[in-house]
Amino acid sequence: MNDSQKQLEHLAEMRSLMERSTRFLSLSGLSGVWAGCCALVGAFFVRYYLEAQYLGEYGVSDVYYNRSGSATTAGLGYETTLVLTALAVMAAALAGGWFFTARKARLRGERVWEASSRRLLWALLVPLATGGVFCLALLYWNLIAFLAPATLVFYGLALLNGSKYTLGDVGSLGLLQIALGLSAMFFPGRGLELWAIGFGVLHILYGGWMYHKYDR
Amino acid sequence: MKDILNQLNPVFDHRNRLGIMSILAVNDWVDYGTLKELLNLTDGNLASHMKPLEAAEYVEYRKQFIGRRPQTTYASTAAGKAAFKAHLDALEAMLKFGK
Repeated sequence: MNDSQKQLEHLAEMRSLMERSTRFLSLSGLSGVWAGCCALVGAFFVRYYLEAQYLGEYGVSDVYYNRSGSATTAGLGYETTLVLTALAVMAAALAGGWFFTARKARLRGERVWEASSRRLLWALLVPLATGGVFCLALLYWNLIAFLAPATLVFYGLALLNGSKYTLGDVGSLGLLQIALGLSAMFFPGRGLELWAIGFGVLHILYGGWMYHKYDR
Repeated sequence: MKDILNQLNPVFDHRNRLGIMSILAVNDWVDYGTLKELLNLTDGNLASHMKPLEAAEYVEYRKQFIGRRPQTTYASTAAGKAAFKAHLDALEAMLKFGK
């Protein structure tokens, strides 16, 4: 059946076209590993440098409940340093993530900026921006204890939403982040650890696994 | 077997046309450049495969201006989707028969 052989090839090609035209498949697992490493560095910095400055005043877990107007030795308040650290971690994670994904796209002979990646970014952006503003409001009302859970939950929702337009595994990573975030709501003193597990450990595990599965 | 072969739509009797219909089946509107890139075709090649699909009214197009550059975007019509599905069903039947 030479003819059915040909038709089977056509079907395989059609399937690939349907997938490639709707999903951005050049997302690199290494982007996840890199983002996870950035998150861990950020979490360690907050725990062992920033919070150490407050130990004398409140003790580690109290930092989450008390607002302190006093400055760190760097001259910035706790919240300001926390936000700056978060922004630095995010910038480093995005820059590295972009680098590895652009590299994978180049190797696959695809562009990074195309219809499917734009759709993916848009799907991620709406929940992320919502979460960003939500967290700013938490900061504004001094609800620092809820920052870690909120970032986890909104990030998880963003991943779940974006998973329609990229590798499907991203969706289950999103569900795990949501679960972690919701549990963090009930353990406010452990927010930073759970945040480090979600943004650090899970990213590294998922990124490594996806790299193993798709990129090699 | 002959019956099944008759159900295969001659308009779709080319891999590039099947490719165009596949992409349009899962997307709302796709612009010419994206189609060209996904299918790895030249301008003329894509146009010549689009023509029979347009003639059969399986695809519709929209021309608009992005800044000063004209852009044509394509979508499959309801008739096109139905015909494509019928064609795939026939293919499936044929492959089953072949086994």
